[in-house]
Amino acid sequence: MPFRVQIDADKCQGHGRCYSLAPELFDADDLGAGVVLGDGTVPDDRLDQAHRAVANCPEYAITLTEVQP
Amino acid sequence: MTTRHSPVTDWTSDFDPADPAWINDPYPIWKQLRQTCPVAHTERYGGAWLPVTHEYVSEVAYDTEHFTSRAVVMNELRPGPEDLPAPIGTAPPITSDPPFHAIARRMLLPAFGPKQISGLEPYTRDTCRQLLDEVAGKPEFDAAIEYAQHIPVRVIVRMLGFPQEDAEIFRRFIHQVMEDIDLSPEERQAVIDQGEMEAYMNAQIEDHRLKRRDDLTSFLVEAEIDGHKLLPDHIRGTMVLLMIAGIDTTWSAIGASLWHLARHPEDRRRLASEPELMDTAVEEFLRAYAPVTMARLVAQDFDFHGAQLKEGDWLLLPFPSANRDPEAFPEPDVVRLDRQSNRHAAFGLGIHRCLGSNLARMELRVALEEWISRYPEFELSDPSAVTWSAGQVRGPRSLPVRVA
Repeated sequence: MPFRVQIDADKCQGHGRCYSLAPELFDADDLGAGVVLGDGTVPDDRLDQAHRAVANCPEYAITLTEVQP
Repeated sequence: MTTRHSPVTDWTSDFDPADPAWINDPYPIWKQLRQTCPVAHTERYGGAWLPVTHEYVSEVAYDTEHFTSRAVVMNELRPGPEDLPAPIGTAPPITSDPPFHAIARRMLLPAFGPKQISGLEPYTRDTCRQLLDEVAGKPEFDAAIEYAQHIPVRVIVRMLGFPQEDAEIFRRFIHQVMEDIDLSPEERQAVIDQGEMEAYMNAQIEDHRLKRRDDLTSFLVEAEIDGHKLLPDHIRGTMVLLMIAGIDTTWSAIGASLWHLARHPEDRRRLASEPELMDTAVEEFLRAYAPVTMARLVAQDFDFHGAQLKEGDWLLLPFPSANRDPEAFPEPDVVRLDRQSNRHAAFGLGIHRCLGSNLARMELRVALEEWISRYPEFELSDPSAVTWSAGQVRGPRSLPVRVA
C-alpha cells in the first residue's frame, strides 16, 4: 500500500525541517513554508525520510497516511 | 544609581530571571517548577507569570487572543502612549499581533528563506576561518569573546548594510535592551530618552535614503504596505529587531554548543569522526541549550489553568524549559547528538516562529564545523570563569578554553 505525505498549511510556520530532512519529498515556497512535491506519494525507499519529517515538525503540521491504490 | 533586585527565595511565588541562580543555571529551577508549580508567579516587574511545561508554553504561544506580543522583553517598564500601539508594536513583526503581524512578517520572509540564507554561507565560513586564524597559535583564549560573538554580528551587519566597525556599539545596545531588565522604570526610561539607539538608526536610514544599496535597510526604506511607505517608527523598530535578534541569540547558541563540547569529550570526538551527525547535533544543541525565552503581555483577565491572569501582567514563555520537559522529550537532560525525533521549540511555536531560524541554523552549523575542523580537541581552561548572560537570551558571555 503506498503512503502519502501532506502539510496542513494552516499549521505550517516555516520551520523548514521537512525540506531539510526529506528534500525528495518537500520543498520551500518563496516565504520558506513547506510544500509537498508532486502529489506527495512516498516511494518505498523514502519512507524513512517521511517518518523523520513527521517526527521533527514542531507544529505537528505533517501527516503520513496510507492511501488506497 | 542602580536599584537591582533582591535575591529570590521562593521560585513559585517570587521568580526573577535577573536572579544570579537563574542566570547561572535555570534548568534545576524549571525542573522543580514543572514538578510542583507549572505556572509560577512573581510580583516583580509589576506582576508576571511563568508557565514551564511544553503543553502550557505551546498553549500560550498559539493564543493571540488572550496574550499580546506588544512587548516581548520583560522589564520594569511597560509600553507607553508614545510607543506604536497594538497590533503594530515597537519592533514589527515580533511585537505585532494579528492581523498586522502577517503583513509586517510577510515582507521580511523572502530575505530569510532557505535559498537566500544559503547564499550567505560562504561569507559566514570565511568569517569563521578568519576569526580562527586570529587566535591561531594561542594555547588559551575566550571562545565566546574571540569567536562566537563576532560571527552573527558580521553576518547581520552585512545584511542590514551597517558599518562593520560599529559592532561594539551594537553589543552595547543589546545589553541595554536585553540584559538591563532589572533597572528601575526611571533608569530604563532614561536610557531610552538618551536616544542613542534611535539616533543611530535614523542616521543609517538617512544614509540609505541618500545612497540606495542592496541590503535590508534600503529594502525597509522603500517598502510599502497598501501603497504607503512604512511609518518611520516601524522601519526603525524592525531594524532594531533584526540587529538585536540576529546577534545575541546565535552568539549564545554557538557559545553554549562549544561549552557542551568542551565538557563532553565523547561528543566532541564523535562529531569529529562522524561529520554526518552535524545536522541532528545542531538540532539537539538547539533543543538542550535553546537560548531564547519570549515574553507576552496578558491582553485580558482570564483563568489560565488556575492562575488568575490580569490584563497588563507579563508572562514569560521559556522555550528552553519546554525543550526539557520529559512529557515531550525522552531523557530531556541528556544531549543525544543523533536524536531522531526532535520537535524542539527553540525557535518558538506558532505565528511568531523565529524569522531568522534558517540564518541561525546555518551560522551555528558552519561555526561548529569550522571550529571542529580546527580544534577537534579542546577543554575549558577555567570552568569557574565561565559567565552567562542575564535575561531572556541565555548563553556564555565568557568561555575560556584551552586548545590542543
